[in-house]
Amino acid sequence: MRLLNLIKIAFKAIVLNKMRTLLTMLGIIIGVASVIAMLAIGEGSKESIRTTISAMGSNMITIRPGADDRGPARGSGGDVQTLTLKNYEVLKEQAALLSYITPVVNGGGQIINGSNNWPSTIYGVNPDYLNIKVVDLQSGSMFTNAEVKSASKVAVIGQTVVDNVFPDGQEPVGQMIRFNNIPFKVIGVLEEKGENTFGQDQDDVVIAPYTTVQKRILAIDYLNQIMASAVSEDDAPDAVTEVTQILRTQHKLMDNEDDDFSVRSMEELISTFSSTSEMLTILLVAVASISLLIGGIGIMNIMYVSVKERTKEIGLRMAVGGKGSDILMQFLIEAILISITGGLLGVILGLGSTVFIEKFLHWPTSVALYSIVISFAVCAITGIFFGWYPARKAAALDPITALRYE
Amino acid sequence: MSKEIIKIEDLKREFTMGNETVHALKGISFTIKEGEFVTIMGSSGSGKSTLLNILGCLDRPTSGTYEIDGLKLKDLDKNALATIRNEKIGFIFQSYNLLARTSALENVELPLLYNSKVSTEERRARAIKALEKVGLGDRMQHTPSQLSGGQQQRVAIARSLVNNPVMILADEATGNLDTRTSYEIMSLFQELNQQGITITFVTHEPDIASFSNRTIVLKDGSIIKDNLNHKIQSAATELASLPTEDN
Ligand SMILES: Nc1ncnc2c1ncn2[C@@H]1O[C@H](COP(=O)(O)OP(=O)(O)O)[C@@H](O)[C@H]1O
Ligand SMILES: [Mg+2]
Repeated sequence: MRLLNLIKIAFKAIVLNKMRTLLTMLGIIIGVASVIAMLAIGEGSKESIRTTISAMGSNMITIRPGADDRGPARGSGGDVQTLTLKNYEVLKEQAALLSYITPVVNGGGQIINGSNNWPSTIYGVNPDYLNIKVVDLQSGSMFTNAEVKSASKVAVIGQTVVDNVFPDGQEPVGQMIRFNNIPFKVIGVLEEKGENTFGQDQDDVVIAPYTTVQKRILAIDYLNQIMASAVSEDDAPDAVTEVTQILRTQHKLMDNEDDDFSVRSMEELISTFSSTSEMLTILLVAVASISLLIGGIGIMNIMYVSVKERTKEIGLRMAVGGKGSDILMQFLIEAILISITGGLLGVILGLGSTVFIEKFLHWPTSVALYSIVISFAVCAITGIFFGWYPARKAAALDPITALRYE
Repeated sequence: MSKEIIKIEDLKREFTMGNETVHALKGISFTIKEGEFVTIMGSSGSGKSTLLNILGCLDRPTSGTYEIDGLKLKDLDKNALATIRNEKIGFIFQSYNLLARTSALENVELPLLYNSKVSTEERRARAIKALEKVGLGDRMQHTPSQLSGGQQQRVAIARSLVNNPVMILADEATGNLDTRTSYEIMSLFQELNQQGITITFVTHEPDIASFSNRTIVLKDGSIIKDNLNHKIQSAATELASLPTEDN
């Protein structure tokens, strides 16, 4: 009964002091909403990197020459010539955990079709390549193992190449193009993949038998890398170990010698890039925490000032028989009502702006439950504490002191 | 012999400000019996408000004893004092002290909100009755800013009546009002007194004191006079004899 009355009193006070209520809530709303939205952006970019990498083939394992420098920046691999065709053949024969495997040689060059030319990259691979990269053809067909064996001058090209060397909308399949003056017959076009997360155009490629590329274009007998795919995503780590063992034996490395090649699964690549976006998330969390803090200070100020302002009201309530505990309870209930309502509105605004960011700015977002829980809890606790704390002091005053307060 | 509502003995109140001590009340003793209408007079700073605040349990004396309705207040804690204020005392302030932006009805209900023995329906019914008693039956939904000074003071009086107190204490309740309105309020107080309510009224205006049956005069924190008034004026009659202005 008494509590019910106090709830009524608190509710009336909230409605009476609309401006104060609004300002306090605003701090909470903005604090909660910004934490939710920022963490949604952080989580979203993390997830999008993960899906992009998975789309590139989550079972994929890449073997590069040279010691592993374990960073996203790589490139020295091409100069080291420790990977050979023999390595590929042994892996194909012995590695039980690999389902597909292809040698990779690649080089840049100019593609020419009549008066159209376009700088691009040629990849020399075998037919397994499509399975490893998980790509299909939109037209034509892939070259066969027989064509690899005979070093045929056939090529499969990406959409960007099509757009640039066949600008008139001709059907490319069956046409002849030249790569660094070597003629190739186009036998297929890769399905469009667009840019990956790292901004690379995945359609700006020419794919040809590795034998042809090795002999005719690059004139080398080593490999730039070997690509393979594990029988399943779960087997990828074991496949990495297996490949490493086979290659160490092949390269006759002693136990105390480091690998002169590097084997990496997509999983590792994912974790490398995830850690980058983890940093982004940490940064966003920091910014969000600051806005939460500022929101909290705002709540604190308004609650504090409003109790001071209402000291006379407190005096009157005591003069007509309100006990200190009644006054305290009233302010606590007010603070709880304001904080909870503000928190809920903040969650709604946070989710709303997340949807907005996703829809109109096209940033990937993913709302994390913990961001809702934490921001809501922090704001609610700050609001309730700073509603209660100054009221506690006011409630301890003598009624006449409170009444006289100006 | 009617019962004693207030009994104070050698009441002192000192205020310390820095290293200076103000002796606002220097040992006051008197008794107020049920049904009395007492005015406390004295010039400004003589200690009237200090005394009334102690009588109203809003403040505590530095020394001395105080009994209200047979209850010794000396050893009571804050919560017990709050209950006494809630159930036994109706206090009226010079500046009305109504809750802003709150209807007259809700202002009058306020003391009963802190009394868990009174149900919502009873609270409402008693507030309406109190407002009708002070002649504001048609102004119940008005907020203070929509009421005149006299009407606001009537709301405050209704608020002091709503808990059926054993006494009403008023500190310069007519201090902010013009003569006509003051007399209207005084006639209301006289009416309430005739219904048996004990009233202690602080004022510094002699004509207001003439409406009561006893006058206590303070000077520098001491009682210099405590007279029974044998020629009680009727505020209603005085009001009628005031030169009529065009309202
Ligand atoms: N809270 C206080 N602190 C210090 N001095 C006070 C306080 N309240 C009253 N006084 C002093 O006590 C004396 C009596 O004041 P008060 O009771 O308000 O007089 P009155 O109501 O008769 O005008 C005055 O000298 C006043 O300055
Ligand atoms: Mg005074």
